Amino acid sequence: MSSLTRNHFDLFGLPAAFGLDRAALDAAYRSVQGAVHPDRHVAGSDTDRRIAMQLAAQANEAYRTLRDPALRAGYLCALRGVDVAVESNTAMPPDFLVQQMEWREQLDDAVAARDLSALGALRAALDDARRALLDALAVALDDRGDTQEAAGLVRRLMFLDRLAANIDAAEERLLHH
Amino acid sequence: MSPEPHQRRLAVGIDLGTTNSLVATVRHGVSEVIDDEAGRSLLPSIVHYREDGSVAVGYEAAEQAAADPENCIVSVKRFMGRGLDDARRHRTPYRFVEAPGMVRLATRAGERSPVEVSAEILKALRQRAEQALGGELVGAVITVPAYFDDAQRQATKDAARLAGLTVLRLLNEPTAAAVAYGLDNGVEGVYAIYDLGGGTFDISILRLTRGVFEVIATGGDTALGGDDFDRRIVEWALVETGLLAAAPEGGSSTQGGSSTQGGSSSQGGTSSQGGTSSQGGMPSALDRAIEGGLITAGDLRAMLVEARRAKEALTSHGHTTYAVQLSDATRVTLPLSTERFEQITRDLLERTLAATRRALRDAGLDVADVKGAVLVGGSTRMPQVRVALERLLGKPPLIDLDPDRVVALGAAVQANLLAGNRTADDDWLLLDVTPLSLGLETMGGIVERLVPRNATIPVARAQEFTTFRDGQTAMALHVVQGERELVADCRSLARFELRGIPPMAAGAARIRVTFQVDADGLLSVSARELSSGVEASIQVKPSYGLSDDEIATMLRSSIGAAADDMRARALRERQVDALRLVEATRAALAADAHLLSPSELHEIDALVARLDQARQGADADAISVAADALARGTEAFAARRMDRSIASALTGRKLDEVRL
Repeated sequence: MSSLTRNHFDLFGLPAAFGLDRAALDAAYRSVQGAVHPDRHVAGSDTDRRIAMQLAAQANEAYRTLRDPALRAGYLCALRGVDVAVESNTAMPPDFLVQQMEWREQLDDAVAARDLSALGALRAALDDARRALLDALAVALDDRGDTQEAAGLVRRLMFLDRLAANIDAAEERLLHH
Repeated sequence: MSPEPHQRRLAVGIDLGTTNSLVATVRHGVSEVIDDEAGRSLLPSIVHYREDGSVAVGYEAAEQAAADPENCIVSVKRFMGRGLDDARRHRTPYRFVEAPGMVRLATRAGERSPVEVSAEILKALRQRAEQALGGELVGAVITVPAYFDDAQRQATKDAARLAGLTVLRLLNEPTAAAVAYGLDNGVEGVYAIYDLGGGTFDISILRLTRGVFEVIATGGDTALGGDDFDRRIVEWALVETGLLAAAPEGGSSTQGGSSTQGGSSSQGGTSSQGGTSSQGGMPSALDRAIEGGLITAGDLRAMLVEARRAKEALTSHGHTTYAVQLSDATRVTLPLSTERFEQITRDLLERTLAATRRALRDAGLDVADVKGAVLVGGSTRMPQVRVALERLLGKPPLIDLDPDRVVALGAAVQANLLAGNRTADDDWLLLDVTPLSLGLETMGGIVERLVPRNATIPVARAQEFTTFRDGQTAMALHVVQGERELVADCRSLARFELRGIPPMAAGAARIRVTFQVDADGLLSVSARELSSGVEASIQVKPSYGLSDDEIATMLRSSIGAAADDMRARALRERQVDALRLVEATRAALAADAHLLSPSELHEIDALVARLDQARQGADADAISVAADALARGTEAFAARRMDRSIASALTGRKLDEVRL
């Protein structure tokens, strides 16, 4: 298979799994960039340089995708034929939707009260929930091979990551104003 | 493999600075700045259009800055890729002329764009280098502030081409500094590169790992630099002498400047529209001083020069005397202490620290993760900068390399590598990022972001859009750069249109827009309707950049060459390119012919032979046709070779084959 059509895992010579050796990913990324980066092909023909640029861009995209657990899991689901369809929340179980609303309310309350410690507590709760989700994803994707279930977990993970970003932004605003 | 010394390809690194510029090269394995004949390293970035029609650059030009301010262009870098409104935020003695895309300056030599003025500086550096090195340069790495946007980068590249330089790469200044610093010291870990130049401030957070320089985040302010500190001194001096009323206490420079009177000429204008003068512009007190006729443009220039001297004196002494004679014979003499200087510039320094904190946040890092700060730019000699950084990071900044030279030295190292003078221990790589988010205008003037800031380059991102009217056959695309949600708050880069979309119901067309940012940080955009295959693309430069034709025209008028010469030159360039392609392909075949089947090999051999024959003739078109055919015919071969080198890189094998 040509490098221009191979998937992100293949590009880095890594197994297509959710469990990932971060050090191996970092090393593979640097090795691949060392081979394909446009700086290494300045003297090549236009064709060489174009291919180098495409591959270097793909390596950057692959690295960005694989090092982020939510993106990596979503990408794995897509490779296995399931579209995570991040826009739709319809598949969310009711208990998770309730949990979502509670967290949102806690965030709003903490911001209104300018309560940094409440924000910190919410962030910690989210971190715990996130760790549990990552464990569940590893089981669903790598042990059971249940891609449908994994897609649901990815949607939850993306929600958590968005909320975490909102909390960080709120914290930033409180700290600097 | 290292070429023989006599085959060494001459390449330089150029630090095209706001205040000073430098050129450096690698000689005998060591990066060094090339001095002028008088032994001076710095070239003041000043261009003087003289009465006799000649152009002076550098020290000679600087001598005329006070006497002939309108024709003596100082700090032109501030206007690169900028429109009239941006240019007017800076109080300068110049007569700006509105022009499509980029502002122009009216001089006695005629209207000049900032690109042309910068090209004069680059030409002087190129001549200096060619004289010192005794030959023609194969190319140059030109540094730009990391925070430069697409228009500013494109303008810089155009200036280099106009100066007759082949641009091997545009390199971010902090990254260049990191290369010079990191390679010299063999450091590992996370470093902050704090670069306070004459007119721009950059902060970059880099991770150095076994020869890989990875920029994680970058930030800054293209309109904040050492010049602003000088202006604060001038403003202070005017207030102290009673020439100006004191600014309100807490005196940031943002009081609405629209109260100015009499400044209705085209060179006047007020620096603040809707209170935006804080964006690195001139303190409005100085606007009032000039517009109210308190001082002349020449006085301002003289006061700025003295401010600079005073600022530099304060780096080694606790106090100095600010002394300047104005054109009406008024003599200004004032004592200035370090404490007072720090006080009147505190908010400027605080802006750099805020940008530093934000870059760290973008990088997902804490100050404790930073192993050290590298200082770049002469303005980092101000003691308050060093003290503030030490307070922020908890450790003193690294100062073993001259902050004025470190950027040029790093650029020279990169230029040497890119020119093909690679040695066995040159196994390092730069991975840089794009400083600002790139996106498209969508309904309601909202920005849809395609490439976020701090994405590692090169980067390609695609997104699908659709039509919003039944039967819509064209789609206008507006490319913008910036971090804000609204198009109106971002910088407009280009507009183009995809036409010929087959009429469909609203929402049925699938238009895939691809943004690609190359290793120079330059953007190109293409759009394609997927069901019909209709395509449109744009190298994002029409609003600010120069077309190849414009460059050719400018070159022609500047060197006074006849059209015949231009044709001869074009033919020669094509012959040289063709020879390069022939040689590169032969080298590839010598190393990797085994990747081809006999028939494939035969076909490529024939294409090489055809180009080799064409390049020895005088038919430029025939050369192009043969070169295109060879390029197409070697595509699969090139891809296979690239795959092979990825495979060997991953298995950790060193490539002993000749590199292309």
